[in-house]
Amino acid sequence: MAAFLFILPDSLGLLIFVGIPMGLALSLGFFSVDGFGGYKFVWFANYIRMLHDPLFLKSLWVTVVYVLVLVPGLYVTGLGLAVLVSQKIPFIAVWRSLFFMPYVVSLVVVGLTWKVMLIDKVGFVNSVLQLLHLPSRSWLGDPNLALGAILLVTIWFLMGYYMIIFLSGLQEIPREYYEAARIDGAGPWAMFTKITLPLLRPTSFFVLLVSTVSAVAGSQAFDLIYVMTKGGPANSTSLAVFYIYEQAFQFNNYGYAAAMASFLVIILLLITIALFALTRGGRFHLG
Amino acid sequence: MSAPISSGLRFGRWTLFLSTALLAILTASPLVWMISAAFKQPAEIFNSSLIPQHPTLENFSYVFTQLPFVRYILNTFFIAGTITVVALFFHSMAGFAFARLKFPGRDLIFLSIFSTFLVSLPVIIVPLFILVQRLGMVNNYAGLIVPAIFNAFGIFLLRQFYLGIPSELQEAAIIDGASYWGIYWNIMLPLSRPILSALAVFFFLVNWNAFLWPLTITTNQDLWVVQVAIASFQNQYSASWNYIMAASAVVALPTLLLFFFFQRQLVESIKTTGLK
Repeated sequence: MAAFLFILPDSLGLLIFVGIPMGLALSLGFFSVDGFGGYKFVWFANYIRMLHDPLFLKSLWVTVVYVLVLVPGLYVTGLGLAVLVSQKIPFIAVWRSLFFMPYVVSLVVVGLTWKVMLIDKVGFVNSVLQLLHLPSRSWLGDPNLALGAILLVTIWFLMGYYMIIFLSGLQEIPREYYEAARIDGAGPWAMFTKITLPLLRPTSFFVLLVSTVSAVAGSQAFDLIYVMTKGGPANSTSLAVFYIYEQAFQFNNYGYAAAMASFLVIILLLITIALFALTRGGRFHLG
Repeated sequence: MSAPISSGLRFGRWTLFLSTALLAILTASPLVWMISAAFKQPAEIFNSSLIPQHPTLENFSYVFTQLPFVRYILNTFFIAGTITVVALFFHSMAGFAFARLKFPGRDLIFLSIFSTFLVSLPVIIVPLFILVQRLGMVNNYAGLIVPAIFNAFGIFLLRQFYLGIPSELQEAAIIDGASYWGIYWNIMLPLSRPILSALAVFFFLVNWNAFLWPLTITTNQDLWVVQVAIASFQNQYSASWNYIMAASAVVALPTLLLFFFFQRQLVESIKTTGLK
Protein backbone atom coordinates (compact mmCIF):
# COMPACT_ATOMS: atom_id res chain seq x y z
CA MET A 1 0.00 0.00 0.00
CA ALA A 2 2.98 2.27 0.60
CA ALA A 3 3.40 2.19 -3.18
CA PHE A 4 0.27 4.30 -3.58
CA LEU A 5 1.79 7.06 -1.48
CA PHE A 6 4.62 7.31 -4.01
CA ILE A 7 2.29 7.89 -6.93
CA LEU A 8 -0.29 9.92 -5.02
CA PRO A 9 1.04 13.49 -5.55
CA ASP A 10 1.53 13.13 -9.31
CA SER A 11 -1.64 11.12 -9.92
CA LEU A 12 -3.77 13.58 -7.99
CA GLY A 13 -2.13 16.58 -9.68
CA LEU A 14 -2.57 15.16 -13.16
CA LEU A 15 -6.18 14.25 -12.39
CA ILE A 16 -7.01 17.76 -11.18
CA PHE A 17 -4.98 19.83 -13.65
CA VAL A 18 -5.17 17.68 -16.79
CA GLY A 19 -7.87 14.99 -16.43
CA ILE A 20 -10.70 17.16 -15.12
CA PRO A 21 -10.00 20.04 -17.56
CA MET A 22 -9.99 17.47 -20.37
CA GLY A 23 -13.42 16.19 -19.26
CA LEU A 24 -14.65 19.76 -18.83
CA ALA A 25 -13.33 20.63 -22.30
CA LEU A 26 -15.70 18.08 -23.76
CA SER A 27 -18.74 19.07 -21.68
CA LEU A 28 -18.46 22.81 -21.08
CA GLY A 29 -19.41 23.44 -24.71
CA PHE A 30 -23.03 22.60 -23.89
CA PHE A 31 -23.27 25.50 -21.44
CA SER A 32 -23.39 29.23 -21.69
CA VAL A 33 -21.09 30.71 -19.07
CA ASP A 34 -21.39 34.33 -18.01
CA GLY A 35 -18.68 36.49 -16.51
CA PHE A 36 -19.91 35.84 -12.96
CA GLY A 37 -19.59 32.07 -13.13
CA GLY A 38 -23.28 31.36 -13.87
CA TYR A 39 -23.90 28.31 -16.05
CA LYS A 40 -26.87 27.62 -18.26
CA PHE A 41 -27.38 24.42 -20.25
CA VAL A 42 -27.93 25.47 -23.86
CA TRP A 43 -27.89 22.13 -25.72
CA PHE A 44 -26.12 22.51 -29.04
CA ALA A 45 -26.37 26.29 -29.31
CA ASN A 46 -22.60 26.83 -29.11
CA TYR A 47 -21.94 24.15 -31.69
CA ILE A 48 -24.54 25.56 -34.09
CA ARG A 49 -23.07 29.04 -33.65
CA MET A 50 -19.61 27.61 -34.30
CA LEU A 51 -20.61 26.12 -37.65
CA HIS A 52 -22.05 29.47 -38.75
CA ASP A 53 -19.16 31.60 -37.53
CA PRO A 54 -17.14 32.66 -40.60
CA LEU A 55 -14.18 33.66 -38.42
CA PHE A 56 -14.02 30.22 -36.80
CA LEU A 57 -14.28 28.49 -40.18
CA LYS A 58 -11.54 30.76 -41.48
CA SER A 59 -9.38 29.93 -38.43
CA LEU A 60 -9.83 26.23 -39.19
CA TRP A 61 -8.68 26.82 -42.74
CA VAL A 62 -5.64 28.79 -41.49
CA THR A 63 -4.88 25.87 -39.14
CA VAL A 64 -5.07 23.36 -42.01
CA VAL A 65 -2.65 25.40 -44.14
CA TYR A 66 -0.35 25.91 -41.15
CA VAL A 67 -0.23 22.17 -40.34
CA LEU A 68 0.17 21.09 -43.98
CA VAL A 69 3.20 23.35 -44.42
CA LEU A 70 4.75 23.01 -40.98
CA VAL A 71 4.76 19.22 -40.60
CA PRO A 72 6.51 18.39 -43.90
CA GLY A 73 8.73 21.47 -43.48
CA LEU A 74 9.96 20.26 -40.09
CA TYR A 75 10.38 16.71 -41.32
CA VAL A 76 12.55 17.76 -44.26
CA THR A 77 14.63 20.38 -42.40
CA GLY A 78 15.04 18.21 -39.28
CA LEU A 79 16.11 15.13 -41.23
CA GLY A 80 18.20 17.17 -43.67
CA LEU A 81 20.15 18.84 -40.85
CA ALA A 82 20.57 15.52 -39.02
CA VAL A 83 22.08 13.92 -42.13
CA LEU A 84 24.25 17.00 -42.67
CA VAL A 85 25.68 17.12 -39.15
CA SER A 86 26.32 13.36 -39.06
CA GLN A 87 28.94 13.81 -41.84
CA LYS A 88 32.62 14.08 -41.05
CA ILE A 89 33.07 17.85 -41.17
CA PRO A 90 35.59 19.95 -39.19
CA PHE A 91 34.13 21.63 -36.06
CA ILE A 92 30.89 19.66 -36.50
CA ALA A 93 29.99 20.05 -32.80
CA VAL A 94 29.96 23.82 -33.24
CA TRP A 95 27.67 23.76 -36.29
CA ARG A 96 25.38 21.29 -34.54
CA SER A 97 25.07 23.62 -31.54
CA LEU A 98 24.32 26.63 -33.72
CA PHE A 99 21.46 24.78 -35.45
CA PHE A 100 20.02 23.85 -32.07
CA MET A 101 20.52 27.23 -30.40
CA PRO A 102 17.26 28.98 -31.44
CA TYR A 103 15.29 26.27 -29.63
CA VAL A 104 16.52 27.30 -26.15
CA VAL A 105 15.39 30.92 -26.51
CA SER A 106 11.80 31.69 -25.53
CA LEU A 107 9.18 32.09 -28.25
CA VAL A 108 8.35 35.56 -26.93
CA VAL A 109 11.95 36.70 -27.45
CA VAL A 110 12.03 34.94 -30.83
CA GLY A 111 8.77 36.61 -31.87
CA LEU A 112 9.93 40.08 -30.79
CA THR A 113 13.30 39.71 -32.48
CA TRP A 114 11.82 38.57 -35.78
CA LYS A 115 9.14 41.25 -35.58
CA VAL A 116 11.83 43.95 -35.44
CA MET A 117 13.86 42.25 -38.15
CA LEU A 118 10.79 42.02 -40.41
CA ILE A 119 9.66 45.66 -39.99
CA ASP A 120 8.58 47.30 -43.25
CA LYS A 121 11.23 48.96 -45.43
CA VAL A 122 13.92 49.55 -42.76
CA GLY A 123 13.98 46.17 -40.99
CA PHE A 124 17.03 43.92 -41.19
CA VAL A 125 15.44 41.43 -43.59
CA ASN A 126 14.23 44.12 -45.98
CA SER A 127 17.60 45.92 -45.83
CA VAL A 128 19.36 42.73 -46.83
CA LEU A 129 16.85 42.17 -49.64
CA GLN A 130 17.50 45.70 -50.93
CA LEU A 131 21.24 45.10 -50.86
CA LEU A 132 20.60 42.08 -53.09
CA HIS A 133 18.39 44.24 -55.35
CA LEU A 134 15.29 42.28 -54.38
CA PRO A 135 11.97 44.01 -53.60
CA SER A 136 11.28 44.67 -49.93
CA ARG A 137 7.98 43.42 -48.54
CA SER A 138 5.58 44.14 -45.75
CA TRP A 139 6.10 40.69 -44.25
CA LEU A 140 3.72 40.98 -41.30
CA GLY A 141 1.37 43.53 -42.88
CA ASP A 142 0.43 41.63 -46.02
CA PRO A 143 -2.31 38.99 -45.50
CA ASN A 144 -0.67 36.87 -48.20
CA LEU A 145 2.72 36.83 -46.48
CA ALA A 146 2.11 36.95 -42.72
CA LEU A 147 1.31 33.26 -42.23
CA GLY A 148 4.32 32.34 -44.35
CA ALA A 149 6.52 34.54 -42.16
CA ILE A 150 5.16 32.88 -38.99
CA LEU A 151 5.76 29.46 -40.55
CA LEU A 152 9.35 30.29 -41.46
CA VAL A 153 10.08 31.53 -37.94
CA THR A 154 8.49 28.39 -36.47
CA ILE A 155 10.59 26.11 -38.68
CA TRP A 156 13.73 28.11 -37.85
CA PHE A 157 12.93 27.73 -34.15
CA LEU A 158 12.06 24.01 -34.16
CA MET A 159 14.31 22.45 -36.80
CA GLY A 160 17.21 22.01 -34.35
CA TYR A 161 14.96 20.10 -31.96
CA TYR A 162 13.89 17.65 -34.66
CA MET A 163 17.49 17.46 -35.86
CA ILE A 164 18.45 16.06 -32.44
CA ILE A 165 15.61 13.52 -32.52
CA PHE A 166 16.55 12.36 -36.03
CA LEU A 167 20.22 12.30 -35.06
CA SER A 168 19.56 9.84 -32.25
CA GLY A 169 17.58 7.71 -34.73
CA LEU A 170 20.43 7.83 -37.26
CA GLN A 171 22.97 6.79 -34.63
CA GLU A 172 21.05 3.58 -34.01
CA ILE A 173 21.43 2.37 -37.60
CA PRO A 174 24.34 -0.11 -37.66
CA ARG A 175 27.35 1.16 -39.65
CA GLU A 176 27.79 -2.28 -41.22
CA TYR A 177 24.67 -1.80 -43.36
CA TYR A 178 26.25 1.18 -45.10
CA GLU A 179 29.59 -0.58 -45.52
CA ALA A 180 27.90 -3.63 -47.07
CA ALA A 181 25.93 -1.38 -49.42
CA ARG A 182 29.09 0.51 -50.40
CA ILE A 183 30.81 -2.77 -51.27
CA ASP A 184 27.79 -3.62 -53.45
CA GLY A 185 28.35 -0.29 -55.23
CA ALA A 186 25.40 1.69 -53.85
CA GLY A 187 25.58 5.49 -54.16
CA PRO A 188 24.70 7.95 -51.36
CA TRP A 189 21.11 8.45 -52.61
CA ALA A 190 20.43 4.71 -52.85
CA MET A 191 21.81 4.23 -49.32
CA PHE A 192 19.57 7.05 -48.06
CA THR A 193 16.37 5.66 -49.61
CA LYS A 194 17.12 1.94 -49.10
CA ILE A 195 18.74 1.98 -45.64
CA THR A 196 18.31 5.29 -43.81
CA LEU A 197 14.64 6.02 -44.52
CA PRO A 198 13.25 2.50 -43.83
CA LEU A 199 15.28 2.10 -40.63
CA LEU A 200 14.25 5.55 -39.44
CA ARG A 201 10.55 4.66 -39.49
CA PRO A 202 10.01 4.60 -35.70
CA THR A 203 11.71 8.01 -35.40
CA SER A 204 9.71 9.33 -38.35
CA PHE A 205 6.51 8.20 -36.70
CA PHE A 206 7.40 9.96 -33.48
CA VAL A 207 8.31 13.16 -35.33
CA LEU A 208 5.13 13.13 -37.41
CA LEU A 209 2.94 12.47 -34.39
CA VAL A 210 4.51 15.11 -32.17
CA SER A 211 4.82 17.76 -34.87
CA THR A 212 1.24 17.27 -36.10
CA VAL A 213 -0.29 17.32 -32.62
CA SER A 214 1.70 20.34 -31.52
CA ALA A 215 0.90 22.17 -34.77
CA VAL A 216 -2.86 21.60 -34.44
CA ALA A 217 -2.74 22.47 -30.75
CA GLY A 218 -0.71 25.60 -31.47
CA SER A 219 1.97 24.81 -28.90
CA GLN A 220 4.48 27.13 -30.57
CA ALA A 221 2.11 29.16 -32.72
CA PHE A 222 0.26 30.83 -29.87
CA ASP A 223 3.22 32.74 -28.41
CA LEU A 224 4.55 33.79 -31.82
CA ILE A 225 1.17 34.97 -33.08
CA TYR A 226 0.41 36.80 -29.84
CA VAL A 227 3.68 38.71 -30.08
CA MET A 228 4.00 39.15 -33.86
CA THR A 229 0.55 39.59 -35.42
CA LYS A 230 -2.27 39.16 -32.88
CA GLY A 231 -3.99 37.02 -35.51
CA GLY A 232 -3.93 39.72 -38.21
CA PRO A 233 -3.72 41.15 -40.79
CA ALA A 234 -7.32 40.38 -41.83
CA ASN A 235 -7.30 37.25 -39.61
CA SER A 236 -4.75 35.66 -41.92
CA THR A 237 -2.71 34.29 -39.00
CA SER A 238 -5.61 33.61 -36.64
CA LEU A 239 -5.16 29.89 -35.96
CA ALA A 240 -8.07 28.08 -34.31
CA VAL A 241 -6.32 28.02 -30.91
CA PHE A 242 -5.72 31.76 -31.12
CA TYR A 243 -9.33 32.53 -32.07
CA ILE A 244 -10.58 30.31 -29.24
CA TYR A 245 -8.31 32.08 -26.76
CA GLU A 246 -9.59 35.49 -27.86
CA GLN A 247 -13.21 34.38 -27.56
CA ALA A 248 -12.57 33.12 -24.03
CA PHE A 249 -10.29 35.71 -22.51
CA GLN A 250 -11.12 38.86 -24.47
CA PHE A 251 -14.86 38.43 -24.92
CA ASN A 252 -15.57 36.14 -21.94
CA ASN A 253 -17.40 33.62 -24.15
CA TYR A 254 -16.15 30.65 -22.14
CA GLY A 255 -18.88 28.22 -23.21
CA TYR A 256 -18.49 29.08 -26.86
CA ALA A 257 -14.69 28.83 -26.62
CA ALA A 258 -15.00 25.43 -24.92
CA ALA A 259 -17.28 24.18 -27.71
CA MET A 260 -14.69 25.12 -30.32
CA ALA A 261 -11.89 23.64 -28.21
CA SER A 262 -13.76 20.33 -27.91
CA PHE A 263 -13.95 20.25 -31.69
CA LEU A 264 -10.13 20.53 -31.77
CA VAL A 265 -9.79 17.80 -29.13
CA ILE A 266 -11.81 15.44 -31.31
CA ILE A 267 -9.71 16.29 -34.39
CA LEU A 268 -6.52 15.65 -32.38
CA LEU A 269 -7.86 12.30 -31.19
CA LEU A 270 -8.73 11.29 -34.76
CA ILE A 271 -5.26 12.29 -36.01
CA THR A 272 -3.58 10.25 -33.26
CA ILE A 273 -5.75 7.20 -33.92
CA ALA A 274 -5.21 7.51 -37.69
CA LEU A 275 -1.42 7.75 -37.30
CA PHE A 276 -1.35 4.73 -34.99
CA ALA A 277 -3.60 2.72 -37.31
CA LEU A 278 -1.67 3.68 -40.45
CA THR A 279 1.60 2.62 -38.89
CA ARG A 280 0.31 -0.26 -36.76
CA GLY A 281 1.30 1.35 -33.51
CA GLY A 282 4.34 3.12 -34.88
CA ARG A 283 6.15 -0.09 -35.77
CA PHE A 284 5.94 0.43 -39.52
CA HIS A 285 6.17 -3.25 -40.42
CA LEU A 286 4.51 -2.45 -43.69
CA GLY A 287 4.22 -5.06 -46.44
CA MET B 1 44.10 7.70 -62.10
CA SER B 2 43.63 8.21 -58.39
CA ALA B 3 44.70 11.88 -58.17
CA PRO B 4 41.65 13.48 -59.91
CA ILE B 5 39.25 11.35 -57.85
CA SER B 6 40.78 12.32 -54.54
CA SER B 7 40.94 16.01 -55.46
CA GLY B 8 37.29 15.73 -56.52
CA LEU B 9 36.53 14.20 -53.14
CA ARG B 10 38.46 16.93 -51.40
CA PHE B 11 36.50 19.54 -53.35
CA GLY B 12 33.25 17.84 -52.26
CA ARG B 13 34.39 17.88 -48.62
CA TRP B 14 35.19 21.58 -48.82
CA THR B 15 31.81 22.44 -50.34
CA LEU B 16 30.10 20.40 -47.65
CA PHE B 17 32.13 22.09 -44.92
CA LEU B 18 31.55 25.60 -46.24
CA SER B 19 27.83 25.17 -46.86
CA THR B 20 27.28 23.63 -43.42
CA ALA B 21 29.21 26.44 -41.74
CA LEU B 22 27.35 29.10 -43.72
CA LEU B 23 23.96 27.56 -42.95
CA ALA B 24 24.81 27.26 -39.24
CA ILE B 25 25.98 30.88 -39.02
CA LEU B 26 22.85 32.05 -40.87
CA THR B 27 20.72 30.10 -38.38
CA ALA B 28 22.36 31.82 -35.43
CA SER B 29 22.40 35.29 -37.00
CA PRO B 30 18.95 36.50 -35.80
CA LEU B 31 20.08 35.92 -32.20
CA VAL B 32 23.33 37.76 -32.87
CA TRP B 33 21.31 40.58 -34.40
CA MET B 34 19.10 40.78 -31.29
CA ILE B 35 22.09 41.04 -28.95
CA SER B 36 23.71 43.63 -31.19
CA ALA B 37 20.48 45.68 -31.34
CA ALA B 38 20.39 45.70 -27.53
CA PHE B 39 23.62 47.76 -27.59
CA LYS B 40 22.50 50.13 -30.34
CA GLN B 41 21.20 53.67 -30.03
CA PRO B 42 17.68 54.36 -31.32
CA ALA B 43 19.00 56.05 -34.47
CA GLU B 44 21.09 53.04 -35.30
CA ILE B 45 18.68 50.19 -34.69
CA PHE B 46 17.69 49.86 -38.34
CA ASN B 47 21.23 50.05 -39.56
CA SER B 48 21.73 46.58 -40.99
CA SER B 49 25.28 46.32 -39.60
CA LEU B 50 25.72 43.55 -37.04
CA ILE B 51 28.25 45.58 -35.04
CA PRO B 52 26.94 48.72 -33.30
CA GLN B 53 28.80 51.87 -34.45
CA HIS B 54 28.33 53.62 -31.12
CA PRO B 55 27.65 50.86 -28.59
CA THR B 56 25.73 51.97 -25.50
CA LEU B 57 24.54 50.46 -22.23
CA GLU B 58 21.77 53.03 -21.99
CA ASN B 59 19.10 50.52 -23.11
CA PHE B 60 19.99 48.14 -20.28
CA SER B 61 20.13 50.86 -17.67
CA TYR B 62 16.69 52.06 -18.80
CA VAL B 63 15.25 48.56 -18.51
CA PHE B 64 16.68 48.07 -15.01
CA THR B 65 16.04 51.53 -13.57
CA GLN B 66 12.82 52.74 -15.19
CA LEU B 67 11.02 49.39 -15.03
CA PRO B 68 10.65 46.86 -12.18
CA PHE B 69 12.56 44.38 -14.27
CA VAL B 70 14.53 42.95 -11.35
CA ARG B 71 11.25 42.01 -9.73
CA TYR B 72 10.13 40.16 -12.90
CA ILE B 73 13.44 38.29 -12.99
CA LEU B 74 13.21 37.27 -9.34
CA ASN B 75 9.58 36.19 -9.83
CA THR B 76 10.56 33.99 -12.75
CA PHE B 77 13.54 32.48 -10.94
CA PHE B 78 11.35 31.66 -7.95
CA ILE B 79 8.51 30.21 -10.02
CA ALA B 80 10.62 28.20 -12.48
CA GLY B 81 12.94 27.00 -9.69
CA THR B 82 10.10 25.85 -7.43
CA ILE B 83 8.34 24.04 -10.26
CA THR B 84 11.58 22.27 -11.22
CA VAL B 85 12.43 21.07 -7.69
CA VAL B 86 8.91 19.94 -6.75
CA ALA B 87 8.29 18.32 -10.14
CA LEU B 88 11.54 16.32 -9.98
CA PHE B 89 10.69 15.15 -6.46
CA PHE B 90 7.15 14.02 -7.37
CA HIS B 91 8.14 12.53 -10.74
CA SER B 92 11.06 10.53 -9.31
CA MET B 93 8.78 9.12 -6.60
CA ALA B 94 6.12 8.14 -9.14
CA GLY B 95 8.67 6.87 -11.66
CA PHE B 96 10.27 4.70 -8.97
CA ALA B 97 6.92 3.23 -7.89
CA PHE B 98 5.82 2.48 -11.48
CA ALA B 99 9.15 0.85 -12.29
CA ARG B 100 10.07 -1.03 -9.12
CA LEU B 101 7.00 -1.66 -6.96
CA LYS B 102 4.08 -3.99 -7.54
CA PHE B 103 0.58 -2.81 -6.70
CA PRO B 104 -2.92 -3.46 -8.03
CA GLY B 105 -3.87 -1.37 -11.08
CA ARG B 106 -0.29 -0.26 -11.67
CA ASP B 107 -0.26 -0.66 -15.43
CA LEU B 108 -3.70 0.84 -15.86
CA ILE B 109 -2.80 3.91 -13.80
CA PHE B 110 0.46 4.30 -15.69
CA LEU B 111 -1.30 4.03 -19.03
CA SER B 112 -3.83 6.69 -18.08
CA ILE B 113 -1.02 8.97 -16.91
CA PHE B 114 0.88 8.33 -20.12
CA SER B 115 -2.18 9.17 -22.23
CA THR B 116 -2.11 12.75 -20.92
CA PHE B 117 1.20 13.09 -22.76
CA LEU B 118 -0.50 14.42 -25.88
CA VAL B 119 -2.77 16.92 -24.11
CA SER B 120 -1.32 20.37 -24.65
CA LEU B 121 -2.07 23.56 -22.77
CA PRO B 122 -3.73 25.66 -25.51
CA VAL B 123 -6.39 22.98 -25.96
CA ILE B 124 -7.45 22.77 -22.29
CA ILE B 125 -6.68 26.31 -21.24
CA VAL B 126 -10.32 27.49 -20.98
CA PRO B 127 -11.54 24.76 -18.58
CA LEU B 128 -8.19 24.79 -16.73
CA PHE B 129 -8.53 28.52 -16.13
CA ILE B 130 -12.11 28.14 -14.87
CA LEU B 131 -11.03 25.33 -12.54
CA VAL B 132 -8.01 27.18 -11.17
CA GLN B 133 -10.18 30.27 -10.66
CA ARG B 134 -12.61 28.16 -8.60
CA LEU B 135 -9.67 26.94 -6.51
CA GLY B 136 -8.83 30.57 -5.73
CA MET B 137 -5.48 30.49 -7.48
CA VAL B 138 -5.86 33.47 -9.83
CA ASN B 139 -3.30 36.22 -9.29
CA ASN B 140 -1.09 34.41 -6.82
CA TYR B 141 2.06 32.34 -6.89
CA ALA B 142 0.14 29.09 -6.29
CA GLY B 143 -1.72 29.55 -9.57
CA LEU B 144 1.54 30.16 -11.41
CA ILE B 145 3.34 27.20 -9.84
CA VAL B 146 1.00 24.33 -8.93
CA PRO B 147 -0.64 23.55 -12.32
CA ALA B 148 2.76 23.65 -14.06
CA ILE B 149 4.26 20.92 -11.86
CA PHE B 150 2.41 17.97 -13.30
CA ASN B 151 3.40 16.40 -16.59
CA ALA B 152 3.53 12.84 -17.79
CA PHE B 153 6.76 13.32 -19.71
CA GLY B 154 8.98 13.53 -16.61
CA ILE B 155 7.30 10.51 -14.98
CA PHE B 156 7.76 8.50 -18.15
CA LEU B 157 11.47 9.31 -18.51
CA LEU B 158 12.24 8.55 -14.86
CA ARG B 159 10.31 5.29 -14.99
CA GLN B 160 12.39 4.26 -18.02
CA PHE B 161 15.53 5.08 -16.07
CA TYR B 162 14.52 3.10 -12.95
CA LEU B 163 13.53 0.10 -15.09
CA GLY B 164 17.17 -0.12 -16.16
CA ILE B 165 18.60 -0.37 -12.63
CA PRO B 166 19.50 -3.97 -11.66
CA SER B 167 16.94 -5.43 -9.23
CA GLU B 168 19.68 -7.05 -7.06
CA LEU B 169 20.31 -3.68 -5.41
CA GLN B 170 16.71 -3.41 -4.31
CA GLU B 171 16.52 -7.07 -3.18
CA ALA B 172 19.66 -6.74 -1.09
CA ALA B 173 18.26 -3.62 0.57
CA ILE B 174 14.98 -5.39 1.37
CA ILE B 175 16.90 -8.25 3.00
CA ASP B 176 18.73 -5.64 5.08
CA GLY B 177 15.33 -4.44 6.25
CA ALA B 178 15.08 -1.22 4.24
CA SER B 179 11.65 0.30 3.69
CA TYR B 180 10.40 1.41 0.26
CA TRP B 181 11.10 4.97 1.27
CA GLY B 182 14.64 3.97 2.33
CA ILE B 183 15.24 2.29 -1.02
CA TYR B 184 13.95 5.34 -2.89
CA TRP B 185 15.80 7.90 -0.80
CA ASN B 186 19.11 6.09 -0.15
CA ILE B 187 19.56 4.01 -3.30
CA MET B 188 17.44 5.22 -6.21
CA LEU B 189 17.77 9.00 -5.82
CA PRO B 190 21.60 9.02 -5.60
CA LEU B 191 21.77 6.70 -8.62
CA SER B 192 19.54 8.96 -10.67
CA ARG B 193 21.58 12.13 -10.16
CA PRO B 194 22.66 12.35 -13.87
CA ILE B 195 19.15 12.04 -15.27
CA LEU B 196 17.74 14.33 -12.58
CA SER B 197 20.25 17.05 -13.43
CA ALA B 198 19.48 16.70 -17.14
CA LEU B 199 15.75 17.02 -16.43
CA ALA B 200 16.36 19.92 -14.04
CA VAL B 201 18.04 21.93 -16.81
CA PHE B 202 15.23 21.08 -19.20
CA PHE B 203 12.38 21.86 -16.76
CA PHE B 204 13.93 25.14 -15.69
CA LEU B 205 14.37 26.19 -19.30
CA VAL B 206 10.79 25.30 -20.23
CA ASN B 207 9.35 27.15 -17.24
CA TRP B 208 11.60 30.18 -17.64
CA ASN B 209 10.32 30.40 -21.22
CA ALA B 210 6.65 29.76 -20.37
CA PHE B 211 4.29 32.47 -21.54
CA LEU B 212 0.72 31.34 -22.20
CA TRP B 213 -0.17 30.16 -18.69
CA PRO B 214 1.42 33.08 -16.76
CA LEU B 215 -0.28 35.46 -19.21
CA THR B 216 -3.67 33.89 -18.57
CA ILE B 217 -3.50 33.48 -14.81
CA THR B 218 -2.09 36.90 -13.76
CA THR B 219 -3.34 40.43 -14.17
CA ASN B 220 -1.40 41.77 -11.19
CA GLN B 221 1.85 43.28 -12.50
CA ASP B 222 3.70 42.39 -9.28
CA LEU B 223 3.37 38.74 -10.30
CA TRP B 224 4.57 39.13 -13.87
CA VAL B 225 7.19 36.76 -15.19
CA VAL B 226 9.79 38.02 -17.65
CA GLN B 227 8.06 36.65 -20.76
CA VAL B 228 4.77 38.36 -19.95
CA ALA B 229 6.66 41.55 -19.09
CA ILE B 230 8.55 41.82 -22.39
CA ALA B 231 5.46 40.91 -24.42
CA SER B 232 3.63 43.78 -22.67
CA PHE B 233 6.47 46.30 -23.09
CA GLN B 234 5.81 45.96 -26.74
CA ASN B 235 2.37 47.49 -26.34
CA GLN B 236 3.66 50.32 -24.12
CA TYR B 237 6.88 51.20 -25.94
CA SER B 238 5.94 50.12 -29.41
CA ALA B 239 8.49 52.35 -31.15
CA SER B 240 11.35 51.92 -28.66
CA TRP B 241 12.71 48.74 -30.15
CA ASN B 242 16.16 49.32 -28.62
CA TYR B 243 14.66 49.00 -25.10
CA ILE B 244 12.64 45.95 -26.12
CA MET B 245 15.69 44.24 -27.64
CA ALA B 246 17.73 44.98 -24.50
CA ALA B 247 15.01 43.45 -22.30
CA SER B 248 14.81 40.47 -24.68
CA ALA B 249 18.58 39.96 -24.49
CA VAL B 250 18.40 39.97 -20.69
CA VAL B 251 15.58 37.40 -20.78
CA ALA B 252 17.42 35.22 -23.30
CA LEU B 253 20.71 35.35 -21.38
CA PRO B 254 19.98 32.66 -18.72
CA THR B 255 18.69 30.29 -21.40
CA LEU B 256 21.74 30.84 -23.58
CA LEU B 257 24.02 30.31 -20.55
CA LEU B 258 22.19 27.07 -19.70
CA PHE B 259 22.66 26.07 -23.32
CA PHE B 260 26.40 26.75 -23.33
CA PHE B 261 27.11 25.02 -20.03
CA PHE B 262 24.62 22.14 -20.12
CA GLN B 263 24.25 21.46 -23.80
CA ARG B 264 24.98 17.76 -23.37
CA GLN B 265 22.32 17.32 -20.67
CA LEU B 266 19.76 19.23 -22.75
CA VAL B 267 20.46 17.16 -25.82
CA GLU B 268 20.30 13.95 -23.77
CA SER B 269 16.87 14.76 -22.32
CA ILE B 270 15.56 15.59 -25.80
CA LYS B 271 17.02 12.40 -27.23
CA THR B 272 15.27 10.30 -24.61
CA THR B 273 11.97 11.88 -25.72
CA GLY B 274 12.44 10.26 -29.12
CA LEU B 275 11.19 7.20 -27.31
CA LYS B 276 11.32 3.64 -28.40
